[in-house]
Amino acid sequence: MLSIKDLHVSVAGKPIVNGIDLEIKAGEVHAIMGPNGSGKSTLAHVLAGRSGYEVTRGTVTYMGKDLLALSPDERAHEGVFLAFQYPVEIPGVNNIYMLKAGLNAIRRHHGEEELDAVDFLSLVREKMKIVDMDESLMSRSVNEGFSGGEKKRNEIFQMAVLEPRLAVLDETDSGLDIDALKIVAGGVNKLRNKDRAIILVTHYQRLLDYIVPDKVHVLAHGRIQRTGDKSLALELEKHGYGWIESKAGAA
Amino acid sequence: MASTKYDIKTAVDQRYKHGFVTDIEADTIQPGLSEDIVRLISAKKSEPAFMLDWRLRAFRHWTTMKEPVWAHVRVAPINYQDIIYYSAPKSQDDRPKSLDEVDPKLLETYEKLGIPLHERAALAGVAVDAVFDSVSVATTFKDKLAEAGVIFCPFSDAVRDHPDLIQQYLGTVVPYTDNYYAALNSAVFSDGSFVFIPKGVRCPMELSTYFRINARNTGQFERTLIIAEEASNVSYLEGCTAPMRDENQLHAAVVELIALDNAKIKYSTVQNWYPGDEHGRGGIYNFVTKRGDCRGVSSKISWTQVETGSAITWKYPSCVLRGDNSVGEFYSVALTNNYQQADTGTKMIHIGKNTRSTIISKGISAGHGQNSYRGLVKVLKGADGARNYTQCDSLLIGDKCGAHTFPYMEVTNPTAIVEHEASTSKISEDQLFYCLQRGISREDAVSLIVNGFCKAVFKELPMEFAVEAGRLMSVSLEGAVG
Ligand SMILES: Nc1ncnc2c1ncn2[C@@H]1O[C@H](COP(=O)(O)OP(=O)(O)OP(=O)(O)O)[C@@H](O)[C@H]1O
Ligand SMILES: [Mg+2]
Repeated sequence: MLSIKDLHVSVAGKPIVNGIDLEIKAGEVHAIMGPNGSGKSTLAHVLAGRSGYEVTRGTVTYMGKDLLALSPDERAHEGVFLAFQYPVEIPGVNNIYMLKAGLNAIRRHHGEEELDAVDFLSLVREKMKIVDMDESLMSRSVNEGFSGGEKKRNEIFQMAVLEPRLAVLDETDSGLDIDALKIVAGGVNKLRNKDRAIILVTHYQRLLDYIVPDKVHVLAHGRIQRTGDKSLALELEKHGYGWIESKAGAA
Repeated sequence: MASTKYDIKTAVDQRYKHGFVTDIEADTIQPGLSEDIVRLISAKKSEPAFMLDWRLRAFRHWTTMKEPVWAHVRVAPINYQDIIYYSAPKSQDDRPKSLDEVDPKLLETYEKLGIPLHERAALAGVAVDAVFDSVSVATTFKDKLAEAGVIFCPFSDAVRDHPDLIQQYLGTVVPYTDNYYAALNSAVFSDGSFVFIPKGVRCPMELSTYFRINARNTGQFERTLIIAEEASNVSYLEGCTAPMRDENQLHAAVVELIALDNAKIKYSTVQNWYPGDEHGRGGIYNFVTKRGDCRGVSSKISWTQVETGSAITWKYPSCVLRGDNSVGEFYSVALTNNYQQADTGTKMIHIGKNTRSTIISKGISAGHGQNSYRGLVKVLKGADGARNYTQCDSLLIGDKCGAHTFPYMEVTNPTAIVEHEASTSKISEDQLFYCLQRGISREDAVSLIVNGFCKAVFKELPMEFAVEAGRLMSVSLEGAVG
């Protein structure tokens, strides 16, 4: 579904991603771990099409298309979803109103009929259950005054409504308390299916106890240094990133 | 309303261009302004002597005045002798017979605004009876209002049918000496609305210029007078949701509101006169004086305005809080795109005790637009316990536009509490990207965010207006983001 080849990205003239290769098939869950500043969010943003990131080399193919040629909203229409590490607040814009606008734009793109308020509301009610979302958050402005955990929950709720093909979850676990982590992880598991690929960016192997990945990649200095299965995350937990760094240095 | 105004200049230009001089059945006088013209206008309207007398006094005063220059706007010189000050409404025969005869571009705009088909026709000036049965709509209205004792009629009719009310109240809030444009309006005003709500009556419906068919023939110098007697209540909607296609044209209106004891007046405006093109050519000069007098105790006047049109907007809907415990409110959204300029705000004059005022102003600048908030909060000596809260927010889209804030405060009573908050922000790339990532187009995202910014004002609008205002913002912002 997603094929990243030799991807190089610079931000403000500074190389951040230095040759990433990654293949993800439909139905798979890949975890990406790595130290602060290693380029995880940069990769996520490049996939979602955020401006300010210059791809200096390499290709990204998504469902057979050149992903980098699409605008951010076109990517969303094609099923790319990013759960933000830091969801932004939009004062005065109703949370589910924005979501409805997004969903209907996506539906239009697929030649489907737009949902009216009534149908949308019943969809929302159903999806809220997936992450046990508080009803009062629905009528508030987008992320405004949401607690850190509520923002993260809201991201997964949006994912549940928009039903993407490729979801990139950037540190969705950070800021969640233990109970919330279980709930949100449970929500993500419910959203796993054979047609959907998920990239999980995380610092904590604990998340991977709940959402068991097919593969784990360790990113450092803008490159994937190691790839393995869930046990890699456990090893990492034991030895820290220094272990990868020294290996990378040795290689 | 756009085409509802006398398209004087256009009509004249076209007549010369096409040599239609004798074909057009319009009662138009020669351009220019003099005592004779004022007399002629009054005579054409068969006005009583007191009205002519008042016009003449206004005219004489006007000749002693100079155009104001303090506003933060650049105005091309206006030659007042080039303007035609009277033109009779086009007769039904001159109007388009059906929507097919109307400029498709105009119709497209109406459609974008979501104006229902039959209203589009009315707005475009299609002869009413040829299109839909609005006459009966109007009649139902009239019956219902008459039953309640409410008077809602064209200003000219009121001069004829209710001269004592006019004499008692006209010019008592905005005297003709008030300012240059108010004086001009007082001398030559063409028509407008008159509303009278008798004691204890809650007006049974929102009064809207949409439904007052004759509003379409209101001129560029209109005059509105609303009187709410003791313990009465009225909500008035002024909808100008149609763009005009004229060159720079002067629109100098005056609105006076009077609220007696315990009366409430809510006045909502959605103004979308032709703003000029993307190069700043053409567009309306909207120089308007609006003021409400909370004359009675515990009275309340609330202004809500959404100003998206006009090349230049110069207006300060104000409240004189004379009665003890009276309340004044001003909620404003002003949007300037391309080369539009707006200098708008309010004056809250606290005279009575425990008077309260609230000012919420949202300015949006895009393109090369210049947007100024200018407000005065004045608390007089006797206004014990007066309170004001002002919040003034500016939103910038792009980096060629400007936002300015000129808040003035004159407080001479030590017990007064006056609060002022102001902010200036830009639409952040983060917010835009968030919306885009959810599938929303850039243009829709901007209008979503701008509408969110305006929410505190839009929620003051009557329901159907709020929806329209939202759409209007989107239309007005077209081309604002690359
Ligand atoms: N706009 C920018 N200008 C300059 N440097 C930037 C910019 N955006 C990101 N960077 C730099 O790129 C590097 C990678 O940042 P990125 O956010 O991708 O890291 P990350 O792996 O997500 O880290 P974390 O685990 O802390 O979230 C960092 O050194 C960061 O400072
Ligand atoms: Mg990050």
